[in-house]
Amino acid sequence: MSTIPADALHLEEAGKAHHAEHDADHKPGFFVRWFMSTNHKDIGTLYLIFAIVAGIIGGSLSGIMRWELMEPGIQVLNHAWPIGAGTANFDEWTHHWNVLITAHGLIMVFFMVMPAMIGGFGNWFVPLMIGAPDMAFPRMNNISFWLLVPAFMLLLGSTFVSGGSGLGTGTGWTVYAPLSTSGSAGPSTDMVIFSLHLAGASSILGAINFITTIFNMRAPGMTLHKMPLFVWSVLVTAFLLLLALPVLAGAITMLLTDRNFGTTFFDASGGGDPVLYQHLFWFFGHPEVYIMILPGFGMVSQIVSTFSRKPVFGYLGMAYAMVAIGVVGFVVWAHHMFVTGMSLDTKMYFTAATMIIAVPTGVKIFSWIATMWGGSLTFETPMLWAIGFIFLFTVGGVTGVVLANGGIDTYMHDTYYVVAHFHYVLSLGAVFSIFAGFYYWFGKMSGRMYNEFLGKVHFFLMFIGVNTVFFPMHFLGLDGMPRRIPDYTPAFAEWNYVATVGFMITAAGMAVFFVNIIYSLIAGPKAPGNYWGEGATTLEWTLSSPPPFHQFSTLPKID
Amino acid sequence: MKLIGWAIALAAAMATPAAAQTTNTAGPAAAAAAPATGNAMAADPAGTGGDTKAVAKPFHYTTPTSGVGEPVPGGWTTQEQVTEVGRDAAAFHDNWLLLVCAAISVIVLGLLLFAMVRFRRGANPTPSRTSHNTAIEVIWTVIPVLILVAIAIPSIRLMRAQYAFPKADLTVKVIGNQWYWTYQYPDNGGLEIVSNILKEKNDPTLKPGDRFRTEADGPPLLAVDERMVIPAGKVVKFIVTSNDVIHSFAMPAFWTKIDANPGQLNETWVKVDRPGVYFGQCSELCGARHGYMPIVIDVVPPAQFAEWVAAKGGTMPGATPAAAPAGEASGEMATPAPAVPGAAQPAVAPAPTNPDVANRATAND
Repeated sequence: MSTIPADALHLEEAGKAHHAEHDADHKPGFFVRWFMSTNHKDIGTLYLIFAIVAGIIGGSLSGIMRWELMEPGIQVLNHAWPIGAGTANFDEWTHHWNVLITAHGLIMVFFMVMPAMIGGFGNWFVPLMIGAPDMAFPRMNNISFWLLVPAFMLLLGSTFVSGGSGLGTGTGWTVYAPLSTSGSAGPSTDMVIFSLHLAGASSILGAINFITTIFNMRAPGMTLHKMPLFVWSVLVTAFLLLLALPVLAGAITMLLTDRNFGTTFFDASGGGDPVLYQHLFWFFGHPEVYIMILPGFGMVSQIVSTFSRKPVFGYLGMAYAMVAIGVVGFVVWAHHMFVTGMSLDTKMYFTAATMIIAVPTGVKIFSWIATMWGGSLTFETPMLWAIGFIFLFTVGGVTGVVLANGGIDTYMHDTYYVVAHFHYVLSLGAVFSIFAGFYYWFGKMSGRMYNEFLGKVHFFLMFIGVNTVFFPMHFLGLDGMPRRIPDYTPAFAEWNYVATVGFMITAAGMAVFFVNIIYSLIAGPKAPGNYWGEGATTLEWTLSSPPPFHQFSTLPKID
Repeated sequence: MKLIGWAIALAAAMATPAAAQTTNTAGPAAAAAAPATGNAMAADPAGTGGDTKAVAKPFHYTTPTSGVGEPVPGGWTTQEQVTEVGRDAAAFHDNWLLLVCAAISVIVLGLLLFAMVRFRRGANPTPSRTSHNTAIEVIWTVIPVLILVAIAIPSIRLMRAQYAFPKADLTVKVIGNQWYWTYQYPDNGGLEIVSNILKEKNDPTLKPGDRFRTEADGPPLLAVDERMVIPAGKVVKFIVTSNDVIHSFAMPAFWTKIDANPGQLNETWVKVDRPGVYFGQCSELCGARHGYMPIVIDVVPPAQFAEWVAAKGGTMPGATPAAAPAGEASGEMATPAPAVPGAAQPAVAPAPTNPDVANRATAND
């Protein structure tokens, strides 16, 4: 199965030469290295820096939102946004609210979580873990990253041009027609759509690269069933990306032509169907949520195994649970649309199919616990994040089972209960796994160790903070508070205040995180090759920290 | 203080003239294409004035009961349900789903904590090498499947109940607009209600003479100038659509939510067994003032419903209309809307047949 490319063979021979070690670490100049990069580790670093920048922006937007929602009334939106301070137009204030929720969603999904997990950790560690010298298509890897930059600039730029009732696009990240077609005049929404096109193209190219790399560039002896689970998770994710994103691209292209060229794909008056857009969007959108969480599953598996000093429990079950989640994830999309007026049979099917996903997810949760069972556990920062992930993802998972019931969703749909649910699986799930991976591999990537104390302070502040933000949102949703509203009736005031306090705690935790990385990059102790000891068994730990610029000149052999 | 509220509510109720179905001054376009201006929330200047032509019997709207039909301050459970379907659904959620959720979360947390203590390095320096146990893997696959089956069965029963659609005693056509609701009563002489949010008294954009919210209207941001009124104990069918973008017609206390899609008709039904006033909000992002188009349904005993219909100038089906010829002519739901180019669809709201309503819709920006 594993074919070794000619290049790799050549490297293997070259590795026997005396100067191989020196050549492997020869780095190009600054501009060529960072702007024309073909090195998977450098591109991974670029992705991580990009994700951190986007995360700061997206997180700040949520700060503005929590500030506005701290008390009933409009206190923040009536101030400057982003230019033209002090406008007295109420519609512009509330439009800016919609811009905030839209930008927060799109930034966190497309420009923070995905670049961090797939572009960042995927690029860095898939080649290292399978014993490959680099990705299969290094130049395509480069353009995958550089397509994201104009995509992000288009999204940010869209907030400075008209989107109908005010500056920016206020359609929500789902960009539902007809609000996004006839309901949003001006160039802003076109810019957002084009931004998604570029981000989607970036991800498709990345996915092709990962699939090719994993299928063709595994070291001798690294069979599919010996691959680390993180590699498995990226493989499944890449297939989801490859199959789901073209559907999004088609759907938003139809939006563009509806907006600009007089087509009526989503306009009933011309024979179109507004609900069709939702079907297309969620056919992409539901696999998308697994795209955002599967690499996290993979990272948590590596981390739990490392700090339990035990191999992963039920490796095959873990790998195929991810495959099952990916497959079933494609046939459950309409559970996002239970109140659009679908027939009873359709609703029952999507209820049942959605609940089935709980089974492989449960297998994963229990397997992680079983991996810890009988282990010799230590609780360094990555392990804390991983354990936090397991618990909080479980909480988000069980509320997902609640929402899967079409009849129950009648009440919950579009309330804060849904907001609580998807933040538990994303903000407390995906983001926790990103932090777990970040701390786990920080020394490997940078060559310096993070500060353990600050890492733990960060974890505990975040753990308390995000739970304080999002747990009360279940209550708000059950009490009937709709999503995506800038102001609310005073009955919702108590829990909203609590949530905003939680945001402040979270923000304090994030401050600790930034202090930690800046301090560690400057003054952290040098990281040895394998700083986690006997539990860290994957190939990246056989290399120095940071690894040489080109690794595995001699391909490792796996028994 | 309550008295003032009542007076205002009554004034508004009576401002809608009775049976003024002969004029058709404004087409649907005027109602739908209300241009956005610098005005804050949907103003309703018509609520205070208007030429009151026929003073029918004053109608007493229901005073809200704190904590019923509206969110409870600091509440953390589903709202009290007043329909059978709603009670079944809430019971399924509270007595079964919630328990399963809590149990699974607690079990996972317990196992994690136990493992963290029992298998910490200090207590267990030598890790086991166990990586397989087929029996336990089968168990933790099969048990969740059984739990899911135990959830799916009542879940399917609930969905069947929601889709049972008994024969309707009354049909209300609900039309979402940016950013207000229109309620039409085709069974009642084409009665049409335009429902706008009420501004607060201290709202700087409130114009002199504008009606503002009082406690009798309901909580802030949830109260409207004109409520939908339906009879208690009767099956009411809602036909839901939209004039512009997608809205969602939601009433938590009835366990009801259905999207209002432009160009499509959705339907749902309720049978509310307790009179009262119930508050909901638009539940699909619909533009700038999405958060400012509440839904208020006043559920009254059937006799009172007839009173309300009369007060609004509508007719009860089967009853002999006061003005027989006019009533007959309008029996088919007033004048059908003229086909609007580019919007030829069943969903287009029939033209407001009542000049007051038309004015109001135009002034609705």
